[in-house]
Amino acid sequence: MTTLALRTPSDRISLRVPRRATAVCAGLLVVTFAVAVVGLTTGDYPLPLGDVLATLVGRGDPASTFIVETLRAPRVLTGVFVGAAFGVAGAIFQSVSRNPLGSPDIVGFTTGSATGALIVILALGEAAGPVGLGAVCGGVVSALAVYLLSVRNGVQGARLVLVGIGIAAMLESVNAYLITRATREDAFAAAHWLVGSLNGRGWEHVWPVAAVLVLAVPLALALARPLALLEMGDDAARALGVRVERSRAAVIFLAVALTAVATASAGPVAFVALAAPQLARRLTRSATPGLLPAGLMGALLLAASDLAAQRLLDADLPVGVLTGALGGIYLGWLLFTGRSRA
Amino acid sequence: MTRLVGTGLELAYDRRVVAEQLDLAIPDRSFTVIVGPNACGKTTLLRALARLLKPRSGGVYLDGSLITSRPSKEVARELGLLPQSSIAPDGITVADLVARGRFPHQRLLRQWSRDDERAVAEALAATRVADLADRIVDELSGGQRQRVWLAMALAQQTPILLLDEPTTFLDIAHQVEVLDLCAQLHADGRTLVAVLHDLNQACRYATHLVAMRDGAIVAQGPPAEIVGEELVERVFGLPCRVVEDPEAGTPLVVPRR
Amino acid sequence: MRTFAVGIGVLALVALLSLAVGTKGIAPGEVVRSLFHDDGSDAAAVVRDVRVPRLLIGLAVGVALGLAGALMQALTRNPLADPGLLGIDAGAAAAIVIAIAALHLADPAEYVWFSFAGAAAASIVVYLLGSGGRAGATPVRLALAGTTVAAALTAFTSGVTLLDPLAFNDFRFWAVGALGGRDLSVLVTIGPFLAAGAAIALVLARPLNAIALGDDAGRALGAAIGRTRALGALAVTLLCGGATAVAGPIAFVGLTVPHAARAIAGPDQRRVLAYSAVFAPILLISADVVGRVVVRPSELEVGIVTALIGAPVFIALVRHRRIAQL
Repeated sequence: MTTLALRTPSDRISLRVPRRATAVCAGLLVVTFAVAVVGLTTGDYPLPLGDVLATLVGRGDPASTFIVETLRAPRVLTGVFVGAAFGVAGAIFQSVSRNPLGSPDIVGFTTGSATGALIVILALGEAAGPVGLGAVCGGVVSALAVYLLSVRNGVQGARLVLVGIGIAAMLESVNAYLITRATREDAFAAAHWLVGSLNGRGWEHVWPVAAVLVLAVPLALALARPLALLEMGDDAARALGVRVERSRAAVIFLAVALTAVATASAGPVAFVALAAPQLARRLTRSATPGLLPAGLMGALLLAASDLAAQRLLDADLPVGVLTGALGGIYLGWLLFTGRSRA
Repeated sequence: MTRLVGTGLELAYDRRVVAEQLDLAIPDRSFTVIVGPNACGKTTLLRALARLLKPRSGGVYLDGSLITSRPSKEVARELGLLPQSSIAPDGITVADLVARGRFPHQRLLRQWSRDDERAVAEALAATRVADLADRIVDELSGGQRQRVWLAMALAQQTPILLLDEPTTFLDIAHQVEVLDLCAQLHADGRTLVAVLHDLNQACRYATHLVAMRDGAIVAQGPPAEIVGEELVERVFGLPCRVVEDPEAGTPLVVPRR
Repeated sequence: MRTFAVGIGVLALVALLSLAVGTKGIAPGEVVRSLFHDDGSDAAAVVRDVRVPRLLIGLAVGVALGLAGALMQALTRNPLADPGLLGIDAGAAAAIVIAIAALHLADPAEYVWFSFAGAAAASIVVYLLGSGGRAGATPVRLALAGTTVAAALTAFTSGVTLLDPLAFNDFRFWAVGALGGRDLSVLVTIGPFLAAGAAIALVLARPLNAIALGDDAGRALGAAIGRTRALGALAVTLLCGGATAVAGPIAFVGLTVPHAARAIAGPDQRRVLAYSAVFAPILLISADVVGRVVVRPSELEVGIVTALIGAPVFIALVRHRRIAQL
């Protein structure tokens, strides 16, 4: 049996647990944890595991405490949480758009957030707080514009996607233009931010993402079954009692919130949202939106990429460069060996 | 006795009005079949009855209350629909797809009760796709896939079942198989409302026939009573002879040369 | 047919406008005269040496992008598809970045060949990737493969430009997409490839109609699916690689023009291709004209204007018409 049914004797509570997906989630969790541990113990100043643990319970020496608490832990945690947020958001967008290429960009969010960030960087120079805020504002404004422009007798899925793509394409050009009109230094700093980076991330980046994850993911999971039914077509879903417009709006709102906070923290590390759900799906071989596996895969992808970027390459390369390369190569390998079932 | 009633329905898509002042009461425990030429509004009417389409004026009533005012999940426990075209999610197995039909009976913490399991098993058996349970829906033939979608509607276990052209894509043997299955469901006490494009099949299986043309109901009643040459000519524009079906005794429409 | 004639008419009008308008406005009468007879005046020089080449480049690039976009969407049966999706823009960009960073080339005429080669290489890789496995090059696999390769290449490009600030600076100006500053010789070199791509595209229109119905139906209608897809990919590479090589990445046109064409002409690929080939240059050249006028005496590159004009038009279309889903 591919699924396990967990029930209380009176059938009051019953859950369906898909075996393979659960195993995959457990595996991803373990590997992500291992990556996090490596991230905490290695680096310019290698620390033995014992010291790291001591620091975490508050009994480490000042040097280790500084390295772990101020430098490494926030960076590792930001990577894990941002990756998870992008993974879940990507899975939602792909499910809603019924298209494996669906991503936060279908509501013009990623490009909009880039525009917002660019405007802030070019106007104010590169300061941490305002850039994130600019990104969120830009993303929200464009997502709102996309939503308002596609509403006509309710939101039709295809229309939403097309309007989103249109807005995104328009903003891409705006961004390229803004980069040419900036000074060399500003443009360079902007490009750095635009590719997505975890450099210099501190606790102020961790808490917002963690908070939104804690709020949004359970809600998204509660909406997972209506989301799955929506994939069968609006008619079939409605016939089964799904409140189509309401569910879709709710789920997109959650996805935008996750994308917003993740982008504000690390910049638009866009390929994670695209690749993580696909990679997770190929592992779980599941036909459901798979929010949890996608989130865990996103976390692993981002954390591992950042680790590789820091340790394996000498230059302080922003993580976005590596998520693109790693995710791309792995997905390519899967496609090539034909294990996919596209 | 009629649980499902549409009164004064005005049905339209954007700017195109399909039907006005339509009244239809579905007799309980009947096998109602709606027939008519293309674009006469039969599918639109069915969708309105299934609360998929909101009428511009008038209303559809289930058990006396407006169907759109009741929670959709509650309605889904009374009324099931086999839509004309649905999308099977990539890579889903037959068993999983049929299991989705249990959604109206499930809640956040009641995701897979014994009743659910039983309902799915019964639905798979009734549509004879139990041996395909682990196959992937995309890989099945058109006929098999249609039976799987029907199984999903059956798993919903609703006393009223609406079917939008359930025999499309099926060869004649499978068409008859599906309709026989519907007849069995009807004999078990369900109310069925189906849109069929084959008039003879409609005559053979329906206990209550509704003939539509240009958005209006031209005639309704038992096939033996209403189906005659003038009706067929009026509704379909087809000159014909109406004889008695040698197997079923129901009206059989034979087009004139 | 009438709509098509109107389209051609609009194109001619827009073309004339592009010759007349600019930093130095020239009356239409003078434009026409200068075209036929070089009287040595300033106006004639501007028209003949600057604007006509620019117009020709705009026409060629426009037609190429329109056809490439329509082909892509037909090949992948995905209305979200766009030439950038086959990794072509990314391939061109990656190759150019190498040219700029490693070989320090700065003149478009010099790195044109890199752009072309990069585009071709990327689409070959994408096609190979997409056809791996037992299923063959289905639309979804092709699109996924394209996105994958594009993402990997973009990562590479970002990596290089972020490590080399000088290269970054040169690269960012190429990345906007412009019709100006290019010599007609560039068009002469790349022109044959564009023409070949266009020819293949038009020949493929019929088989594409069959394919749009689905692989099985298409085969039943006698379309050679595999060969059509391969030729289609080749045509897209030639058209898009060439256009990008000449003018830089102009992403919006290939995505939205086919939608407009389908909304007006219906799903017949022959008509979609024809209308795309007309609408795209209209969009591109109008954008170029606007770009020259709106911030006189300096210029707004066509890449950004196209998007700013095209997006509202596209969105209006999406709202008011039932967008043909292929």
